[in-house]
Amino acid sequence: MNRHLISAADLSKQDALLILDTAEELARVADRPIKKLPTLRGRTVVNLFFEDSTRTRISFEAAAKRLSADVINFAVKGSSVAKGESLKDTALTLEAMGADAVVIRHSASGAPHRLAGWVRGSVINAGDGAHEHPTQALLDAFTIRRRFGRGSGEALDGLRVTIVGDVLHSRVARSNVWLLHLLGAEVALVAPPTLLPVAIGGWPCSVSYDLDAALPKSDVVMMLRIQQERMNAAYFPSVREYSRRYGLDIARLGQLPEDAIVMHPGPMNRGVEIAAEVADSHRSTIVEQVANGVSVRMAVLYLLLGGLEAAE
Amino acid sequence: MAHAAHPAGGQPGITPGDGSTVSGATAPGPAGGPPAPGPRAHPKTVLEAAEINRALTRIAHEIIERTRGAEEVVLLGIPTRGVPLAGRLAGRIGQVEGRPVPHGSLDITMYRDDLRLRPARRLGPTKVPAEGIDGKTVILVDDVLYSGRTVRAALDALNDLGRPLAVQLAVLVDRGHRELPIRADYVGKNLPTSLAEVVRVLVTETDGEDAVLLEPVGRPGAAGARPRRGGVSGRRR
Repeated sequence: MNRHLISAADLSKQDALLILDTAEELARVADRPIKKLPTLRGRTVVNLFFEDSTRTRISFEAAAKRLSADVINFAVKGSSVAKGESLKDTALTLEAMGADAVVIRHSASGAPHRLAGWVRGSVINAGDGAHEHPTQALLDAFTIRRRFGRGSGEALDGLRVTIVGDVLHSRVARSNVWLLHLLGAEVALVAPPTLLPVAIGGWPCSVSYDLDAALPKSDVVMMLRIQQERMNAAYFPSVREYSRRYGLDIARLGQLPEDAIVMHPGPMNRGVEIAAEVADSHRSTIVEQVANGVSVRMAVLYLLLGGLEAAE
Repeated sequence: MAHAAHPAGGQPGITPGDGSTVSGATAPGPAGGPPAPGPRAHPKTVLEAAEINRALTRIAHEIIERTRGAEEVVLLGIPTRGVPLAGRLAGRIGQVEGRPVPHGSLDITMYRDDLRLRPARRLGPTKVPAEGIDGKTVILVDDVLYSGRTVRAALDALNDLGRPLAVQLAVLVDRGHRELPIRADYVGKNLPTSLAEVVRVLVTETDGEDAVLLEPVGRPGAAGARPRRGGVSGRRR
């Protein structure tokens, strides 16, 4: 495995399966009386979050603590970044503090890649702009594999995954397309034409504009949030119209095959891309995804930091 | 202490070339170390299937005797090859006592003291029987006892799972060279070895046959790209 985890596209199928299998073993730690392993004792993990996040930051923090690493949370508010410090100077500070891993979220695509050139520790991308969010894709793949009863060593061959919504601004969609394709799933994107990236032709997936036609052919439906904060133009006439054409309501849930599941990376906008009844139904894996996130991030931290440091 | 690690075939893609690091075989044997690698390049069988069978049956009876009927006993095998051995011991004790004996597996990877010396390893399964280990006599089962470090790690792992009444250790082969104050309660065979030798245990469940082999470190194929058969207890510090 690489020393960093920056993009799902950097992973080989073997790497991806190793992470999922490791997560499968580590998930059992959550059922123990003592939910802690001594493996990363004495290692320091820095959470460097330039964008708001609750789920991902807490998830990484919990994962690092369960492995006994020391965690430093670096929130941008109240830090020197607010006073105008550059990413590089921040990186050098972390380096001087001896960070073994830096978990970074940044609004600029490519920030983790730049950071990896400046620090000696491992860099883990926790979401960069509209580029990638590899640990989210890994936890989604893990959740799908578990829900469909597949065990260690097995991939996602033959499963049809439909990703719906704001693909243009979604790093989750990007990482998922690459990872799920790598693991053998058939990925389809459904979105209004305005919310699809220009170069979509090069992605290993099919594209369509009609949700109702796609649902009966889906084992997994992954709903994406409309990222209003990244929208600088009018991409659709109104939220209500978007919701009517691309929202997953209870009637559309009925069009899915019997054992299909509904996923959402969170945070949800109930009533927009997903109806409240759907989010709370037994087919929804939204809460599971959060729990699985900790196991998958433990696996990533263990595999990147648990052994001999990779050669420079 | 066990096999130097999980078989190379079982840990794909962690780092290229880790086959040679995990094998425990650090290059060809050091100068002057007997036996000279070369002409005697074939492994010597020290235990055959029938002997392994007898050793396990004897250990099963010793466990029953020492624990007065093995009533509150849980057998935990240390992956990879301790797990099938624990299963077989549980089966034999069960036959004699006429009731099922709980058994499972205990992976010690996350508790090793040498994690930082090589690339991250693949984890083995940890499966503790539903009745748990609190107040039970836990018998750890491994294929080879060597430095004792695996057992130390296993004791730490047990600590996080509960509080057994007592912990005992059963091994198929004790090859000596302890580095910690640890000894086995039940031993299949005491096998005096040199540090320049590797003990390889094969079990039917993972390797298709039962055998214990002794071979010199650095034997071609023992540490190379080819997937190894069997758990290896080689030299590692």
